This record gives sequence, structure tokens and C-alpha cells, in this order.
Amino acid sequence: MVISYKFLDQRFIKLLFGLLILGLMPVVQAEDVMRFPAPEFDSNYTFPETWDLMDGRGNTIIQDTTPRDGQAPLPTSQTQQWIDVGVLTLALSLGAWLAVKRRSRRGLFWLMIFSLGYFGFYKEGCVCPIGSIQNVALSIFNSSYAAPITVVIFFVLPLAFALFFGRVFCASVCALGAIQDLVIWKPIQLPRKLTIALSMIPYVYIGGAILLAATNTGFIICRYDPFIGFFRLNGNAPYLYLGAGFLLAGMFIARPYCRFFCPYGVLLGLMSRFARWHLAITPTECVDCRLCEASCPFDYINKPNTGLEREERATGVRRLASLFLLLPLLVVLGGWVGHEMAPVMARYNNTVFLAEQITAEKADPTMKASLETTTFRSMGIAEEQLMAEATKIRSQMNMGGWLLGGFLGLVFSLKLINTSLIRDQKDYEVDKPHCFSCGRCCSYCPSDEMHMPNFKPGSKALEEALALGKPSEPEPETVSAMQKGKA
Amino acid sequence: MGDLNGPDKVSRIEFLRQGLSRLASVALGLVGGLAAFGSRRENTVWQIDPAKCVKCEHCSTDCVVAPSAVKCVQSYPICGYCRYCFGYFHPHYDELTSAAENQLCPTDAIERVFVEDPYWEYNIEMDKCIGCAKCVKACEDFGNASFYLQVNHEICVNCNNCSIAMQCPSDAWDRVPYDEPYRLKHEPRQVAELSFESPGKK
Ligand code: SF4
Ligand code: SF4
Ligand code: SF4
Ligand code: SF4
Repeated sequence: MVISYKFLDQRFIKLLFGLLILGLMPVVQAEDVMRFPAPEFDSNYTFPETWDLMDGRGNTIIQDTTPRDGQAPLPTSQTQQWIDVGVLTLALSLGAWLAVKRRSRRGLFWLMIFSLGYFGFYKEGCVCPIGSIQNVALSIFNSSYAAPITVVIFFVLPLAFALFFGRVFCASVCALGAIQDLVIWKPIQLPRKLTIALSMIPYVYIGGAILLAATNTGFIICRYDPFIGFFRLNGNAPYLYLGAGFLLAGMFIARPYCRFFCPYGVLLGLMSRFARWHLAITPTECVDCRLCEASCPFDYINKPNTGLEREERATGVRRLASLFLLLPLLVVLGGWVGHEMAPVMARYNNTVFLAEQITAEKADPTMKASLETTTFRSMGIAEEQLMAEATKIRSQMNMGGWLLGGFLGLVFSLKLINTSLIRDQKDYEVDKPHCFSCGRCCSYCPSDEMHMPNFKPGSKALEEALALGKPSEPEPETVSAMQKGKA
Repeated sequence: MGDLNGPDKVSRIEFLRQGLSRLASVALGLVGGLAAFGSRRENTVWQIDPAKCVKCEHCSTDCVVAPSAVKCVQSYPICGYCRYCFGYFHPHYDELTSAAENQLCPTDAIERVFVEDPYWEYNIEMDKCIGCAKCVKACEDFGNASFYLQVNHEICVNCNNCSIAMQCPSDAWDRVPYDEPYRLKHEPRQVAELSFESPGKK
């Protein structure tokens, strides 16, 4: 009895309310009801200045009133975007020329300073090629978003340059790289195993960023950009501390973000591996003088291994075979872990988070409604619609989790295989996928005509270079093997 | 050294290298082309839809620029020019003067100018406003809703991923085309619709 009464009551009230609104609707539309009527001024008062804006083609696009002091300011002009594309192209071309042809560290350094000023402090960091990964991912996977063409160009151009000339973007165009490059003070060499482990992070980062961007969850690369606060001379404290931490560490571990975090570096590395005209340490022929050996603060110089003791061929083959067997296992394992992580990543999505909150609040009526759920309820969207949306995103994340995990498993096992393959390395050469093309090593090579003045007999530069290149005395037989190989 | 590898091996490796290099260029071309195909010529900027905004305080706390790039805007044709402005005066005001303790705005960003009896004009001083939406909320709840929030594009640095948009509970943020950078309120109609909502819903 009570129940049906309540039911009737609710229906009745709803009906009444509906009728009321319906009845008032024409009034509302006819009169544009305001709680307080518009004033009728006696004095010849006029509204303050209007926002009277022209677009580039001379059409008025906005007419409205605004605070006295000022017009509605336009965003940075559209031409600016194209100027930025132009500057990027010029800087990359100049960088490629300086690195590959001129081999001039000084030139690259000044270009780097310019880029730090322009792309960092003047442009305040956005949009940069690193972040553009996400715009491109969102644009490809989500039809509701279209990336501006200039952003797509920002994404493609440095990669295209890397494909031909190596990572010239890193050395002299990237503002994030530049700010770290400036603070390098006493670089230390990290243990090889640690380097390999750390170099997995960028793959995790880029995979996660693409997944979160593609599902329209957020742009984590931008969100956790450690240096943007410096470029804007402004920013939230935690991120400024993060940036300061990176710079402090960067005094000893050269360019830590670039080497162990940068997601764009993964793509650049894939491209520069094949670079036809890459910066080389020596312009002519390496004479194995070892002068450049310790000149790279990032440890990206491959050293000759011709004289080293080789293991039995059979052992190597056996190890390689077992690694190849491990590959599918690691891929599946990675996929499974990624799939298990999917709910965690999904919660990062606002829709999923909201759906979970709503469910939780329903289950526990004592819970205090959060701002998000209150807002959602006030918007009058059906709950089922939200839940369906959330389920869709969850299943996308599950799928993405498998793919991402599988991809990471693949990368990891390929890295293992790569490190256990011993390649013949007869000269000192840059590590093509990783080398930033900063040109530091060039001036250590005595075969370089351009840098000869550095190496006058008895000069300080020569002594320093010799000192750098003398960390370990090679075994006598190694030396002879090296010389034999050379002959 | 060449004798160790043999000419065959070198050319095979070189062949593989070339193949992979082509693969890399094709992949880059494909991704770039796909993205360029779906791209737009015009850039976009961030803007708030005042009809969706629920006046939480994220706009003043979450912007990467301090104080926030979000500012309150006054729509004069909608404003009632009230002597007692709900957006200007704190509910517990002592008297209708511009003394700080009488004001709702925490930063004294609203200017109250006498026009003629009984009308007063209210102006927002952009450089003082922090976009906290206190006045916007009061004006919408009790007045004509002539105050509303907009991103001021002179201050906004157009982050690739606006950090307020990420936090906004009402999904009021959008990327809008570069040449229509504002969502301005001209018509008071929104007020009329809103006035039907029961206060309990907010
Ligand atoms: S150019 Fe030379 S010093 Fe610079 S990163 Fe490459 S190998 Fe290292
Ligand atoms: S975050 Fe969203 S709801 Fe909150 S004040 Fe800003 S626009 Fe309005
Ligand atoms: S109350 Fe907040 S939003 Fe309104 S003018 Fe003052 S600072 Fe701006
Ligand atoms: S885009 Fe950046 S600067 Fe503009 S309102 Fe959002 S957080 Fe603030």
C-alpha cells in the first residue's frame, strides 16, 4: 500500500513538474526570462566596448561585450604555426649539415642554444615532436579528433631526418635535450647491465602513452614533462622538483631523460639505425688511436673487439637458440602482464573512473558523493550510457594491454638476443641508433683536418685526449691482435 | 678483416640493411600519411562551454599558468545591473560597499561602478581574476548568470593537453577551431532554462 502510494506520488509530481515546464516554455522563449529585467537607462549609457574581432580574412568573428580594459585576445596567430614548421626544418637541415658534413661541435652547440631559446623559452615547449606522438595516435585511433597538420609535420620531420642523417634532432633542435646537455658536468659511466635495463623504460613509456592517447584518456607525455615548467618559468611544484631532479642527476648521468625515458627516442632510434649519412667520429679512417674512446659522455661509442677472446662457437649458438625459444614465451608473458595491468590503466580514464565511483556510491549509500558524480547526476545523462561507454573503454584497454605487453616482451627478448650477439667491431664507431650526433667525439679524432690544431704535439688538448683515452691498458696480445686485424 | 666476413656475407648484411631501411621509411610514410590524411588545416585552442561548466574550483587551481588563464567574463546585455549583486557581495556582507570583507571575490577583481539610480555596472579586472568561479556560481544561482568563465587566449599557452580539461568534472572543455576561439554568451536564454532546475540538483 505504502509502496504504491509512493510510486503514485512520484509519478504525479513528475507529471505536474513536466506540465509546469511545458506550460511555461512558450513564455520562456518569447520573453527570454531573466531573474532581473534588463535595465532601462535614463542617462545615455552604452555597454562598454565590444569584442569586435577580425579573423585573418577580415570577417568579424566575434561580437560581444567584455571588460572595459581590453579586447578579446586572439590566440597566437595561425601563421606562427607555419613559421615554427619553417624554423624546425631549417634547424634540422642546419643540424644535419653541421653534424655530417662540417662535424663541428661548436656549430651544433650554438644551434642547440638557439633551439633552447626558440622552442623552449619562446615557444614555451608546446607542441613538440615528443608530445606529438600522442596527437598522431589519438588522430589515427579516434575519429572525433583531427590533429592539426602542423603537428603532424612536427611528428614526421625529425624522424625523416633521422632516417637519413641520424638523430640530429636530439643534438641541436630538441629543447628538452638542450637543457640537459648544458648541465653535463662530470659524466660517469653506468654499468652495462643497468643501462640495458633502464633502456627498456622508453618502450614502456611510448607504449603506454600511445594506449592512453588512443583511448582518449590523456596525454601522459605532456603531463609528466619534467622541463616544461622551466620553459614557462612557471609551474606546479611537484613537476618543478621532478625537473630539478633530472637536471641534478644530469650533471653526472648525462642527459638522463633522453637516454632512459624519452619515448620519441625509441622512434628516432629505429630510424637512425639506417641512417645513410650519419655523423662519424673520424672523417677518414680510424687508426685505433683510442683518443676518442672516453669522449662520449653518453657512452655511445662502440669499441673495437677484434682482439678479444671469443667463446666457443657452439656455446654461442646454443645460447642464441635458447633465447629464440624464449622469445614467444616472453611475448605471451608480457601480453598477460599487460592484460592484468589493463584495469589499472583504465582507471586513469575519466569515464571509467566516474563509472566506478558511481557504482561504489550506489553500493555504499553512506559514501559522500564526489564532485564528479554530483556533476554527472546533474547533467541528466542516462547512467546506462556511461556504463556502456566505460565498458567499451575497459575492453579497449584489455586489448591494448595484451598488445602493449606483448610488444614489450618482444622488445625485451630482442634486446637480449642483440646483447648476446657479438658483432665484429674493428674501429671506433658511433652507436648509430643511440648517438645524439652531438659532435663531441669528432674533435678528438686526430685524422680530422678541421680539428688538427687541437692535436699539435705537446698541446694541452692532445694531453687531455690522451689522458681520457687511457682508462685501461690493453693486454699485450690484444694489441697485437688489433694491429694484425688492421694490417 | 674482410677475409673473415667474406664478400657474400657483407653483401647479404647490406641487403638486409637496405630492406629494413626501406621498411622503416615505408612505416614512417604510412603513419605520417595516415595522420596527415585525417588532419585539419587549422590549429585548435582550448575553450570552456559555459553551459556545461558547474563552477567547481579546478579552473583556478589546475592551470599550468599562475594565476590561471581562465578568467571571468561579464556579458553586459545579460547583466541586470543590480544594486545588490550576488556575484559581487558576499552573502554575509555588512553593508553594500566595496570594502573587501563585503566582497565575494577573493581577489577584489570585480569593479563596481555607479551608473544611475538604481543601476551599477560590474566589470572584471582580468589581471586580478583567478578564475575561481565563485562569482559565476552566485550569479548563476541567484542572478541573471551574466558572469561566466572563458579561457583568455592572451594568457593561455595552449598546452597540448590542458591540465584543467583533464580535471574538469563536467567535460566542459573542448578543442575549438582557431578562428572561433571563444564561446560567448549573448542570450540570456540559458538563464531561463537554468532557473527551472531545483537547487537540490546542484
Ligand atoms: S656524436 Fe659522439 S659524443 Fe656525441 S653522442 Fe654521438 S658518439 Fe657520443
Ligand atoms: S573545471 Fe570545468 S566545471 Fe570546474 S570551473 Fe572549470 S570549466 Fe567549470
Ligand atoms: S570571484 Fe573568482 S572568477 Fe569571479 S572575478 Fe573574482 S577571481 Fe574571478
Ligand atoms: S591550456 Fe594550459 S594555459 Fe591554457 S587554460 Fe589549460 S592549463 Fe591553462
